[in-house]
Amino acid sequence: MKVVVCIKQVPDTKGGVSFNPDGTLNRAAMLAIMNPDDKAGLEAALRLKDQYGAEVTVLTMGLPKAADVLREAIAMGADKGVLVTDRVLGGADTWATSTTIAGALRNLEYDLIITGRQAIDGDTAQVGPQIAEHLGLPVISYAQKIEVNESAKTVTVQRQYDDRYHVVEAKMPCLITALSELNDPRYMTVGGIFDACAAEITTWGRADLKDVEDCNLGLKGSPTKIAKASDKVKKGAGTKVTPDSPEEAAQYITDRLLEKHII
Amino acid sequence: MNLEEYKGVYVFAQQVDNQISGIAYELLGKAKELAADLDEGRNEVVAVLIGSDVKGLADSLAEYGADKVIVVDDPELKEYRTEPYAHALSSVINEFKPEIMLVGATAIGRDLGPTVSARVATGLTADCTVLEIGDFPLVAIPGQEQKHKQLLMTRPAFGGNTIATIACPDNRPQMATVRPGVMQKIEPIKGAKANVVEFNPGFTANDRYVTIKEVVKAVSNTVDIMDAKILVSGGRGVGSPENFKILEDLAEAIGGTVSCSRAVVDSGWKPKDLQVGQTGKTVRPNVYFAIGISGAIQHVAGMEESDLIIAINKDEDAPIFDVADYGIVGDLNKIVPQLTADIKAAIANK
Repeated sequence: MKVVVCIKQVPDTKGGVSFNPDGTLNRAAMLAIMNPDDKAGLEAALRLKDQYGAEVTVLTMGLPKAADVLREAIAMGADKGVLVTDRVLGGADTWATSTTIAGALRNLEYDLIITGRQAIDGDTAQVGPQIAEHLGLPVISYAQKIEVNESAKTVTVQRQYDDRYHVVEAKMPCLITALSELNDPRYMTVGGIFDACAAEITTWGRADLKDVEDCNLGLKGSPTKIAKASDKVKKGAGTKVTPDSPEEAAQYITDRLLEKHII
Repeated sequence: MNLEEYKGVYVFAQQVDNQISGIAYELLGKAKELAADLDEGRNEVVAVLIGSDVKGLADSLAEYGADKVIVVDDPELKEYRTEPYAHALSSVINEFKPEIMLVGATAIGRDLGPTVSARVATGLTADCTVLEIGDFPLVAIPGQEQKHKQLLMTRPAFGGNTIATIACPDNRPQMATVRPGVMQKIEPIKGAKANVVEFNPGFTANDRYVTIKEVVKAVSNTVDIMDAKILVSGGRGVGSPENFKILEDLAEAIGGTVSCSRAVVDSGWKPKDLQVGQTGKTVRPNVYFAIGISGAIQHVAGMEESDLIIAINKDEDAPIFDVADYGIVGDLNKIVPQLTADIKAAIANK
């Protein structure tokens, strides 16, 4: 069984965000991490490796330094890493990103493709379903539990919705988008880190993408265009008080509620 | 692609269990606003209703502003599944050629939207919070055509740290998913009758039609926090699931509803449907109490539009104080019960 996990290197928005003087995000100053949903997807794949001996390939698209995230995945237990990087692929929106990744995936064998539901930098949740569409695969988004029946070539997934979940069965090959809630990803092992240092990362450029036209790649191939980007205008802080006693604190709040006719 | 052929503002009218989701009415409210800024003859507001045995729901969409309702009704569409729904919506787009297609950024819409956008080969902007009609580029650039009456879609990115305005100038439809709870419904026009157009592109099951083995509904007797006028929201600082009792007492005294932060859901103290924030729900109540909530940007993104924010936290540097109208530094365990007592007394004195 072959599993490909699509992962992304993202700036860690949790630990605070740094801006350049011109208002753009200072990515260099921020820690780059493996996107959390993707990491859960990788863990799900590694469990299939433990259970069925599945071969796990990790694939990422990004700048050359995104190879780091592939090495981290190999240190966790992935078998192979593929980096898709090329200047002409830069500035891609979700459409152009998904056509690129689909073009790379056409070179690989897979029974299952796992992506994270969404990346913490863009939060769009679009690339996974769009890859499935380009490859003509069934897609199950928002997976909170994954079970594979290898002999029947099917996968059974708990698909999360707002007020329920569905237990869904699909034939493989298919694409699943993973939620962070799926599992607790394992740590890198010492042996894994040695393997990762020695591992050869396959690097593909534009020419290696299969069945993709130039007009669907990079900034030029992106149907959505940024009209304006800006630092968020923060709402101004109001009044902060440090009352001497709980009574005084409660009184202060009650007075405000009365003043505003809320009670 | 002849862009001129594409007309009208279309809304995916999400229904679950044959009940229209609130987001469908919110999108119709927004669609009417957008239509007002588009040319006559190109500004019809159309709801696309997809499901099994759903025709009876069409009139309610008319009451909330739909000029026309396209109904795709087929037994294959009983429960949401990506493939038959994507086939239904993309077939409607190919047949009727909308200029704008809005979808709710729900757990359904965030799967349907990307699949359909890829199928009809257009752009999609996710989780929009502002939609307006305007020029692209915003300011004319010499040597580049400035297009007018484009859909300008604004969304937060980088965990809410930045906002971006995005256009889709060369492809149609211009597609967006929209955060629930952000757009306003119109006052319903009671008794309005829908102009229904039935359309069925034909559904033939293939490998992309997954099988639903089981539907497990979350057991919840709570009211939807998005409808609450007053929310008493607790974070990790509340300390334990048992200690939420003091928040429940406060909520009861003031006629509010309890909600929570992501940390509380992750700890298993409260169910996910009570979670406020970027990965939870967007709320804009009249009053939002943030109790023991530090105010991570992802949380703030889901509640900052509240009319009045009152924060109680023992950490005077907690970022929640940057958005609170009134911030109280102190021990929630002591302040909250006292506040409940004071509010009860104040109400009794009226």
